[in-house]
Amino acid sequence: MKKVFGRPKSMKSNPFHYCAGCGHSIAHRLIAEVIDELGIRDRTIGVPPAGCAVLAYNYFDVDMIEAQHGRGPATATGLKRVLPDRIVFSYQGDGDLAAIGTAESFHAANRGENITVIFINNAVYGMTGGQMAPTSILGQKTTTSPVGRNNILDGYPIKISEIFAILPGTTYIERCTVTSPASIVKTKKAIRKAFQYQIDGQGFSLVEILSPCPTNWKMSPPEACRWIEQTMSKEFPLGAIKDLPAEEMKKQQKGK
Amino acid sequence: MQGNKIIGEAAIRAGCRFYAGYPITPQNELPEYMAENLRKVEGGVFIQSESEIAAIHMVIGASAGGARSLTSSSSPGISLKQEGISSLAACELPAVIVNMMRGGPGLGNISPSQGDYFQATKGGGHGDYRMVVLGPASLQEIADLTMDAFDIADEYRIPVMILADGMLGQMMEPVVFKKPKPRNYPESLVMKGAGGGKSKIIRGLILDPLDLEEHIWKLQRKYRMITEREARSELYQTDDAELVIVAYGTASRIAKGAIKRLRKQGLRVGLFRPITLWPFPSQQLRDLAKKVGNFMVFEMSAGQMLEDVLLALQGKARVGFHGRPGGVVPTPIELANVILRKYNGKEGLIDTEL
Repeated sequence: MKKVFGRPKSMKSNPFHYCAGCGHSIAHRLIAEVIDELGIRDRTIGVPPAGCAVLAYNYFDVDMIEAQHGRGPATATGLKRVLPDRIVFSYQGDGDLAAIGTAESFHAANRGENITVIFINNAVYGMTGGQMAPTSILGQKTTTSPVGRNNILDGYPIKISEIFAILPGTTYIERCTVTSPASIVKTKKAIRKAFQYQIDGQGFSLVEILSPCPTNWKMSPPEACRWIEQTMSKEFPLGAIKDLPAEEMKKQQKGK
Repeated sequence: MQGNKIIGEAAIRAGCRFYAGYPITPQNELPEYMAENLRKVEGGVFIQSESEIAAIHMVIGASAGGARSLTSSSSPGISLKQEGISSLAACELPAVIVNMMRGGPGLGNISPSQGDYFQATKGGGHGDYRMVVLGPASLQEIADLTMDAFDIADEYRIPVMILADGMLGQMMEPVVFKKPKPRNYPESLVMKGAGGGKSKIIRGLILDPLDLEEHIWKLQRKYRMITEREARSELYQTDDAELVIVAYGTASRIAKGAIKRLRKQGLRVGLFRPITLWPFPSQQLRDLAKKVGNFMVFEMSAGQMLEDVLLALQGKARVGFHGRPGGVVPTPIELANVILRKYNGKEGLIDTEL
C-alpha cells in the first residue's frame, strides 16, 4: 500500500501537551514538514520561547537551544553569526516577541540577521493563564483586562508585522492563520518561503500566525477559529506585508 | 597597553571568536578594541548589541555554537546580564564575562569601586549556581587571567567572570602575553545541527523538581571540584607578619604600597591577596591564620569580601576592616595611617569592631 501521510522526519513521536484546538501543534507540524521538504533537518537549529511552546524541543527532532523569555532572537543571532551555514529559527509568542523581547526581536530584524522567526499571535498570554497580551485587541476580555482592553488604560494592540516591515533589514513578512485547511496550506507556503529566503541568505524573515487559544479565550475550538476570521483578522489583516525580491535586497545590503 | 585593551588582545590570542557588548563607562575601550581587531581574525564576530541583556544572550547562542565567547560591562550593565549568566550556569555553557566595576548601587558613578563582590561571588542571578570569579591586581595578571578564564570556562563548562575595576581598566602597564594553551573542546558539545545523528537539546528548564534537584546537585559536585582545584591566592611579606591585610584587585595594590611604607618603619605587616574570589581561597587563609592572629580586610566597598574572610577564619583570628565605598580610591598613605592606628591601638593590633 502507498503511504500518503505520516509524521514528518523532523518531528518526534511525543504526543503534544497543547490544549484541544490550540494552533501550536499545527504550526509545529508545518515547520517540521517544511524542514523535511527543504532537506535541512541536519543543519537546522531551533530556538523555542518561554510560554506554552517552551517544550517545543520535545516535538521538533532538530537541535534546539532554549532561550529566556523574549531573548530568542539574541540567542539565534549569536548562533547564526558563529555558524552562518546553519538554518536558525526562533519560535515566539506575542508576549515573547511583542512585550518582553521587543528590543531583541526589533534589533535582530533591523540588523537583518539571516534568521527566520515564527511568531504565534494568539492575543493572550497562554501559559500564565490568560492575561492581556500586547496584541490583545480593544475590548478583548482577559484576566488582566476583565472588562475588556481599554486603549486609554491599556494602550493599543501592537502590529508587529507592519512595524517590522518598515525596517530595511527585513526581507519577507507575512501574516497567516491556521483556522481552515486553505489557510493552513497558505501558512505552510509562507513558512517555506521564509526558510527559503534564509537559505538564500536574504536576511530576516518572519511569519506571523494568528493562532486560536480556545482555553484562554473561553471558546470552543470552532468558535475560536471564527473569532480569528471575523474579529482578530480585522485588527491584524492577513497576507504578505513585505516580500522583497533577492535583487532588491542585495541592492539594500550594499555596503554591509 | 591599557587594561581594557589588554583583555581584548589576550582574549583574541586565547581563541575568542565572539564578542557582544553594549557601551558603558569605564570599559568602552574593550568593545572598541574588539570592533577593530576581532573582525580581522578569521571567523571573528563583533556585535554591538542593543542592550546588555541582548549581549549576554548572544553570547549564549555563540557559546552553544562552539565559539569562545566574551562580553563585558560595568556594574549597572552586569546587573542586566544576570538573567543570562544564570542561564549559562543552568545550561552549563562556557563564557567569559568582564566586569570593570564602578561605584554603585544604582547608576552610582564611574569611579573605581569593589561594590559588586557580593553580586559576582554569591550569585546575582537567580537559582542555585556559582560562577568562577577572577580578581586580577595588575595588567600582567589581567593578560594571564583572561587566557586562563577561557580555559577554566571550557574545562568546567561554566561562566567565568573577570572582576576588575575602572582603575585597572584605564591604567597602562607593559605586559607580555603568554602562549595560550591549545583549546581542548569536544566537537560533541557543540550545537551545530543534528548532522544525520540524534538531535541535541540545550536547556535549563527542568520541570520535575526531583530532576532539577539532581541537576543542581550535579552542579554542586562540579563547584566542589573547582573549589578544591582552582582556589588561588598570593602571599606578600607574611613570613614574619603580626598583622595581615586581606585585599584583592586595586585595593591590594594600595595595600602593598602601605605595607612597603610600614615595613620601613619596622612594622611587621603582610598581605593575603585572593586571586580567585570564587572559589574563595579559604583553606590558604586558614593555613596562614595558624601563624598570624590579626587580619584586617581592606576593600573599596562597605565590606563584602569581609564576610568570606570571617567565614574562612571561623573566629580563630581577630579581624578588622577598613573600607572606602562609593568610588573613593584611598592612597597608600591613608591606608598606612589606618593600619598604624590599629597597630598601636590599646586593645591590641586590631579592633574587632566592624
